[in-house]
Amino acid sequence: MVLAEHTGGQVSEGTHELIGKAHELASVLGGLTEVALLGRADLAGQLGGADIVVAVDHPALSEYLPEPYERTLLEVLAQRSPRLLLIAHGTVGLDLAAALSVRWDAPLATYVSALEIEEGTVTATAQILGGKVLVDIELRGERAIATVLGGAFGAEPGQSPRDAEVVHLAPPAGLDAPRMSLRQVFEADGGDLDISSAEMLVSVGRGIESQDNMEIVEDLADALGVPLSASRPVVDAGWLAKTRQVGQSGLKVKPRVYLALGISGAPEHLEGMRNAELIIACNTDPGAPIFGVAHYGTTVDLFDLVPELVGKVRG
Amino acid sequence: MRIVVPVKAVPDLVEEIELNEDETGIDREYLTFVLGEWDSQALEEALLLKDASGAEVVAVGLADDPEIDQILYTALAKGADAAVKLADASGAARSGPAGIRIAERAALLSGYLEAQPADLVISGVQAADDLEGQLPPTLGALLDLPHVSVAVSVEIDGGSAIVRQEFAGGRSHELQVEMPAVIGVQSAHQAPRYAPISRIKQAMQTRELTEFTVSLPATGKGAVVRRMHRPEMSGHAEMLTGNAGAVADQIVDLLRARGLVKG
Repeated sequence: MVLAEHTGGQVSEGTHELIGKAHELASVLGGLTEVALLGRADLAGQLGGADIVVAVDHPALSEYLPEPYERTLLEVLAQRSPRLLLIAHGTVGLDLAAALSVRWDAPLATYVSALEIEEGTVTATAQILGGKVLVDIELRGERAIATVLGGAFGAEPGQSPRDAEVVHLAPPAGLDAPRMSLRQVFEADGGDLDISSAEMLVSVGRGIESQDNMEIVEDLADALGVPLSASRPVVDAGWLAKTRQVGQSGLKVKPRVYLALGISGAPEHLEGMRNAELIIACNTDPGAPIFGVAHYGTTVDLFDLVPELVGKVRG
Repeated sequence: MRIVVPVKAVPDLVEEIELNEDETGIDREYLTFVLGEWDSQALEEALLLKDASGAEVVAVGLADDPEIDQILYTALAKGADAAVKLADASGAARSGPAGIRIAERAALLSGYLEAQPADLVISGVQAADDLEGQLPPTLGALLDLPHVSVAVSVEIDGGSAIVRQEFAGGRSHELQVEMPAVIGVQSAHQAPRYAPISRIKQAMQTRELTEFTVSLPATGKGAVVRRMHRPEMSGHAEMLTGNAGAVADQIVDLLRARGLVKG
């Protein structure tokens, strides 16, 4: 079973990625692929890739909210008894998967990049420690949960123009009195420029070490006349605006050139930039995962490289 | 108003991580451990709430975690009112390949929280070595408390917490959550404050860590680790050679060929 995610009436690409993979696994087990659609039963038409769409509607589900979604999904799991529940590793997955592991009593693998069924057992590969270590795990028992890294599986196999069978389930009791409520929705702050439309990005990661050092990369971006972007730790530290964040919880970019300075290449960052046409990475750690997606790399220290680049660009 | 902040250290991601010989776990001997980055953000958000409303902030760690004394003294040096070290009454060393398993961690913390309830439990949304789940929702489910993760700000309004939950691409929701509640912090609304070494050393000399023992119940099934390994890169970058000047030349050539540098 896949938990469908949707925003503004659009089912997410991640949902299709999971449906495609679910089909592959279901066929090994001789079972079906079901998609749990909470709150917007009218979107079932976008879920043709599923065998069955299990829809639950209730006013409390109209926008994502942790508690009503958790209660409802638990009810769906109780009624449909899937062998495996797949959720995308994002905000919803971070809210629900571990809680459901407790409540549904099912082992969980988180941040999964590979999934198979081997002799009836679900096996997963999870990424830990910023993608530096992969863990092959067995999820034993009658049921299991996995949160899946975005982009781990293709979206195309999960898409289909046909109509899936829709089953409507009644919402569980208690949705009318949740212990939380949604007060306001804030759309992404348009404000600043849109890095996803830039031809080239100078992107900086943890390797920049401090806010004081940011000015050397700002200088480089300025010399090249292109925007500065960053990985999540730099944005969380407050050194650059959220609108400049590249990655799973930021923006996906596909520039002609992506210059990664001091970025190790954690999976959630790679998800945001791996399709750039030319990736040049600078990191003093020769084992940094960024070198697995970059076209060119160097282990020269960025504090030595950047001033040299600025000098040569300015001529 | 009492805020409990579960904290732990994780291997420093800047370093190379070695695996043990049979590839079932991480070789911890030469690792440097640092306070988890999300726990650091969570502690900061709790301290900001203390600054704003005078809440009591208690940092809690597990006695069997690496570097836990250092972590707790640092929390005190940053302004936490108290720090608690939790031990498992059975004394059994139970841990998984990547440290103490989330189910056991959460069970120990739940035992503590049942005895010493908090209005808010604020922890990092995740930890770099999470394998089988994240702490805040696990705690929420065990204690049957409302829980919200990926929080980027927390405020108090009467008996409720006002939480900003962030989604991919910067969209966010503002939630009103009844307390007691568990919150998983992605980032504090200000960058974490710095505690100078001198203040941490002072805390080590003048403050005490409270010890608390909990009986850990048998935990259920979990994932079984077959093997840990490093990612095989399907491709690899062509590495540019030479010193900084030579590498810079090669990069500028690549950019010039694409019309991104003039000349």
